Amino acid sequence: MRNITKTFGTITANKNVDLDIYRGEILSLLGENGSGKTTLMNMLSGIYFPDEGEIYIDGEPVVISSPKVASDLGIGMIHQHFKLVNVFTAAQNIILGIDQDSENGKKIKGFSKLDVEKASKKIREICDLYGFDVDPDQKVYDMSVSQKQTVEIVKVLYKGADILILDEPTAVLTPQETEKLFAVLRNMREDGKTVVIITHKLHEVEAISDKVAILRKGEYIGTLITKETNAQEMTNMMVGREVKLNIDRPEPHDVKPRIKVKGLTVRSEDGLLKLDDVSFTANTGEVLGIAGISGCGQKELLEAIAGLQPIEKGEIIYVEDDGTETNLAELSDLEIDAKGVSLAFVPEDRLGMGLVASMDLVDNMMLRSFRRKGKIAGFTDRKTPRDLAEKVVEELEVVTPSLETPVRRLSGGNVQKVLVGREIAMNPTVLMSAYAVRGLDINASYIIYDLVNQQKERGVAVIFVGEDLDVLLELSDRILVLCGGKVSGIVDGRTADKNGVGLLMTKLGGEAVG
Amino acid sequence: MFSLVTFLPRAIVQSIPLLLGCVGETLNEKSGSLNLGIPGVMYVGAISGVIGSFMYENSGGTFNPVIGVIIPIITCMLGALMMGLIFCFLTVTLRANQNVTGLAMTTFGVGFGNFFGGSIIKLTGAEVPSITLSATSKAFKTTLPFAGKAGAIGELLFSYSFMTYVAIIIAIFTAYMLNKTRTGLELRAVGENPATADAAGININRYKYFSICIGCMIAGIGGLFYVLDYANGVWSNDAFGDRGWLAIALVIFSIWRPNWAIWESILFGGLYILYLYIPTGTNFAMKEIYKMLPYLVTIIMLIAISLRNKHENQPPEALGLPYFREDR
Repeated sequence: MRNITKTFGTITANKNVDLDIYRGEILSLLGENGSGKTTLMNMLSGIYFPDEGEIYIDGEPVVISSPKVASDLGIGMIHQHFKLVNVFTAAQNIILGIDQDSENGKKIKGFSKLDVEKASKKIREICDLYGFDVDPDQKVYDMSVSQKQTVEIVKVLYKGADILILDEPTAVLTPQETEKLFAVLRNMREDGKTVVIITHKLHEVEAISDKVAILRKGEYIGTLITKETNAQEMTNMMVGREVKLNIDRPEPHDVKPRIKVKGLTVRSEDGLLKLDDVSFTANTGEVLGIAGISGCGQKELLEAIAGLQPIEKGEIIYVEDDGTETNLAELSDLEIDAKGVSLAFVPEDRLGMGLVASMDLVDNMMLRSFRRKGKIAGFTDRKTPRDLAEKVVEELEVVTPSLETPVRRLSGGNVQKVLVGREIAMNPTVLMSAYAVRGLDINASYIIYDLVNQQKERGVAVIFVGEDLDVLLELSDRILVLCGGKVSGIVDGRTADKNGVGLLMTKLGGEAVG
Repeated sequence: MFSLVTFLPRAIVQSIPLLLGCVGETLNEKSGSLNLGIPGVMYVGAISGVIGSFMYENSGGTFNPVIGVIIPIITCMLGALMMGLIFCFLTVTLRANQNVTGLAMTTFGVGFGNFFGGSIIKLTGAEVPSITLSATSKAFKTTLPFAGKAGAIGELLFSYSFMTYVAIIIAIFTAYMLNKTRTGLELRAVGENPATADAAGININRYKYFSICIGCMIAGIGGLFYVLDYANGVWSNDAFGDRGWLAIALVIFSIWRPNWAIWESILFGGLYILYLYIPTGTNFAMKEIYKMLPYLVTIIMLIAISLRNKHENQPPEALGLPYFREDR
């Protein structure tokens, strides 16, 4: 790719990018959110058309005007949001849009009967070759995320692609599934195919790729050979300045209990035990990290404290500064609010539970304050939320065209900043956050860590659910490990090691059995 | 005395406009367009056909049955096509709200039908407020050659006009097209998940335009069938009634399967005229309760499919949503 430029209105997404991709290698495309990685690859796969520049494949100049042209050239892209029809089977999804017979290249007439059997046979062959596990007759709505992703990859291979582009493929996968995916990608490399993987996770770059190309603010910075570089160098190139990869952990001061959870038990709607006899204390001025394999009750725990989850038994005692104790377990979220207990909650599902995607920044700020009386009875106060939105945008450097932009048009990092900004503005005494940095790039993540630490210094009790153990170990003062809804252990964040916590996550009490 | 042999043929004749309307609406909905204008489209189709046949019958020449059938069908399809194009242009190209557009088209279509119906009635100077197209209707009701020779079975199966069989063939072919062919797969993809279809290189707008327009034409013929077959060529304003809405209800009742709709339209048709067969002397209010039956059945069906919650029985996922590639 030579001299590629793409602009959207006044925003330049890519500027004079030169990128070489070689056959039979795995290239990581690294960059922060909004650095133009996806845009660049979309031009290769025919979704967008470059404003300037040329693309050469095997030395030949090509014009990629549509996804179909890209697929004819052997380029296939697996998007971050899967493009699959839920009520179709895997095979139907894979053959969608193909109008040529896979064997003799004849055009399939629009009204002749589809030969799904033949397609299924070819799909099985592809699966055997690379070690996929796909049932052609399974409906997509019955599939797990990783199965859907596999269908997407097979779809691209079915169309005969030798250049595969994967846009943040691991964002939705568990570590085991990621490992499986990487094994398949290595198989493809052995087979002479080219793989481009868009990511912002450094350890994945190190694990899978031969080379790493770095983009920053739409510009191409350089390509490194993965073996000869390290995380620090890559980060510096990505961000454009020295970035401390260490997370601060100020010493907690004025520690006293804020929330005492005793014997908390929660069942899901279908009667599954989600939390079983959980007890712990969250202290002021301290970060309590919560670790655990996903789905071990982290979500339920936070929601139970916030009053959003019915509790089967147990107590959640809120301790005020003067020592008064209130049991939150019996109160709903509104009653908790009415008591003057200020709980800030940054949920996992930002655009579902946290913010309303189609409303603008000001209206989203109002979600927290609209019940308070405005100046005129019966009307809401819009001035305060507007000021707050302005303040959040300014202080947290939210990139947005205006305050009237619906939040769904913002990038993931900016959405998170808006949400965190709103919650912090309440002057909470407790800050709960679930997967606060999921999907955020390094720079945005560190801004969030800083915000967490600021709150801690203010004397807020922070409960931080995280998925990255390294981060948890660096950030938290204490770590509560959940395993299957039970407390597997509470360890000191300063002395604990990764392996120990990992063991606690998989086995109750951390004792290796057998 | 209630007799199945006399009741069933009436129910079947009653069912065909519903079936055609339903197949047309199914084609619309499979492409992701909730076309609530179908009742209006059926009205416009009917009156356009009536206008065509009225002109031909009164042109003064000798009446050729073949041309007499072809002309109203063509004018009917043209009228319905115009309605379809309006709906497409507004909802696909301009991405207007489908519900609002559809409802406006229904209001418009009914008014259009009644206006021109009224004009023609004036032209004929008839004393009753209706137009009678007996010659066309007679040609329209041509039955299969071997009908009437097979006793009661023949009466039940072969006594209908040829258009009845054409309608059933259209329904069967539509079902085959949707489920077995590449065109059907791509059309369903458009209705389920247009972004996916777009990425697969499918021309979304082309599929939407075609399926909406063809669907409207099929529905329009349903309206024409009502006038020329069921009503024996008599057009009177508002006689078509709420059959268009019943056709849309039938789409839900048939869970978007035109082949099922064949049987279910007969059920609907039967329920729709059942009140004519209740014993004389029954309270008038009872009649209205009988007329509610098709809608009650639809509501029960909706409850049933919602309870079972099977993905295949849900409406197309993108039903009612406009598609714009660069929208996020």
